[in-house]
Amino acid sequence: MTTLLTEQDVVTIHAANGLWLTAVDAERATGWQLKPEGMCRDDRCVPLPKTALRDNQVDLAAFWQSLGAPVVHDDAKNIWVLGASAEERNKTLAGSIVPDFTLPDLAGQPHTLSALRGKKVFLTTWASW
Amino acid sequence: MWQALYDSLKVLGFMVVAVAQESRGAEQARSWVEQPGAKFWTLIDREHRVSDLYGMVNVPQAVWIDERGVIVRPAETAGSTEHFRRMDRESKVLAPADVAARADARAFYLDAVRDWVRTGKHALDATTVARKQPRITANIALALAKFRLGVFLRDHGNIAESIRHFAEASRLHPDSWCLWRQAADLEKIGKAVGPEFWDRVDQTGRNTHYPPPDIPGFRPA
Repeated sequence: MTTLLTEQDVVTIHAANGLWLTAVDAERATGWQLKPEGMCRDDRCVPLPKTALRDNQVDLAAFWQSLGAPVVHDDAKNIWVLGASAEERNKTLAGSIVPDFTLPDLAGQPHTLSALRGKKVFLTTWASW
Repeated sequence: MWQALYDSLKVLGFMVVAVAQESRGAEQARSWVEQPGAKFWTLIDREHRVSDLYGMVNVPQAVWIDERGVIVRPAETAGSTEHFRRMDRESKVLAPADVAARADARAFYLDAVRDWVRTGKHALDATTVARKQPRITANIALALAKFRLGVFLRDHGNIAESIRHFAEASRLHPDSWCLWRQAADLEKIGKAVGPEFWDRVDQTGRNTHYPPPDIPGFRPA
């Protein structure tokens, strides 16, 4: 089994020869759906490189790189990170609505930033180091 | 510090979200929490997700978000100053005048937050916010992916490989003190404030460790 760290989640999937997986798994892991015109998510479709499609299997790493987004993996190629591209990050930061996140408090209870809509929020970071 | 800020403003529909950039997790963060059971949010962010999403490079940094969920001040230093550069590096003692100046700067910043909550002052318009947002490069995006892999590998006991990815992340994104100091801390508690830290500080220019917030009257050092 292969562990995939996506932008939102950590998923376990069947992958072979790097990050080849079924179109169904690719969609489950990333939200990108294989269609005749390429890979599609929300309103956006991106052509899939010809070499990244074979027997309804998708080379997700090659697709991700074609988006200009980072793909990194451990030495054993069991753990992969599919990151957000610089372009996507800059677009989000230039947009009007804040990026949302859910994180646990000290007791492990999850909190979601967008639940605070209607309040002014001072979002700050700290660390022990 | 955040407790007093929260207490003074909570009746005005205000919330503090204080997120620990702490890959060692809640146990490490707990002893640093000034008041357990505080009513504002203290969250644990092992993967530094907030820094990742908002382009933050050090702690403390802050983003101000209005009632609509719109950023009115992008990531900037949250009241810290460059005075620490002049401390005695062995004893960590700072001259009294610097201690006072540092406290004044922090109080000035917290007053600016209060002014914003009460009157809307210091909120920036959308164009200015977009212009001031950190610029994320391909190298930074790659560094953040490597850092995330490093945290995951370390969590699963693969220390040697994690160290390699952390080093690579810092090489790709040298401006991030979060990436460097977290990795140093994971290697050994204390390393993030040890000689290697000071070497790194000395290599950077004035007002670059805690670039001052663009609030008229703030005195960074």
